[in-house]
Amino acid sequence: MVSIFKLDDLYRFFMRAYPVKSYGGAPPNAALHKELNRCRVALITTAGLHRPEQTPYNDKIIGGDCSYREIPNTIETQLLALGHRSKAFDASGTESDINLVFPLDRFRELENEGKIGSLNDRHFSFMGSITKPKWLIEKTAPEVGQLLQADDVDVVFLTPV
Amino acid sequence: MCNQSVGLIQRAVEATGISTTSITLDESITKRVKPPRALSVPYRFGYPLGEPNNPELQHAIIAEALSLLENEETPPILKVAGTLRVP
Repeated sequence: MVSIFKLDDLYRFFMRAYPVKSYGGAPPNAALHKELNRCRVALITTAGLHRPEQTPYNDKIIGGDCSYREIPNTIETQLLALGHRSKAFDASGTESDINLVFPLDRFRELENEGKIGSLNDRHFSFMGSITKPKWLIEKTAPEVGQLLQADDVDVVFLTPV
Repeated sequence: MCNQSVGLIQRAVEATGISTTSITLDESITKRVKPPRALSVPYRFGYPLGEPNNPELQHAIIAEALSLLENEETPPILKVAGTLRVP
């Protein structure tokens, strides 16, 4: 059996050859002018997390599923389901601790310690494995940005899987 | 592709005026997508926060990623994580 470490290397090799589009110029820059302990923070992951009652992501869509799921801040993190399965990564770590990809419990600790101002009422998850990200770039990612802006979020912390 | 998606989502969120920071497991992709701020960590795919059930390590990674928000360089800011090897 090929070990997960070999698969990781294979995936990295493949990704080096993959024609990732260069996204041109300088990124947008919204520099933070506030102390973190006064900021409202939201999390975004591409681990394909969803609540048990939500529709799972669709892995049959060619080019990837660009939709997102809202994760309420009050969720018990053990209830989140990992929708993203891929041969490129080992899901056993996440199965034993969801904070490995979606560190909501760690951010709750930061909130309790007063290191961040507060957590937003909702967070978001997208699916990984999107090879055709047009819909993500033009529609779903800006949509989530606008929702978080309407929530008066100051800081977003993002994690891949 | 996750690391590409994170960068693309991050750019879209930052464009609305929200400050963003992220973790990347694949620096070569992140250099091409150019999100505003990213911390490169030396872990395998599926392990962006290092190790399951290791809150101390997870907090160290989060703190380092959040510190990029105080970095006054012009984005894209891509830093390699400091002392975050899994023991």
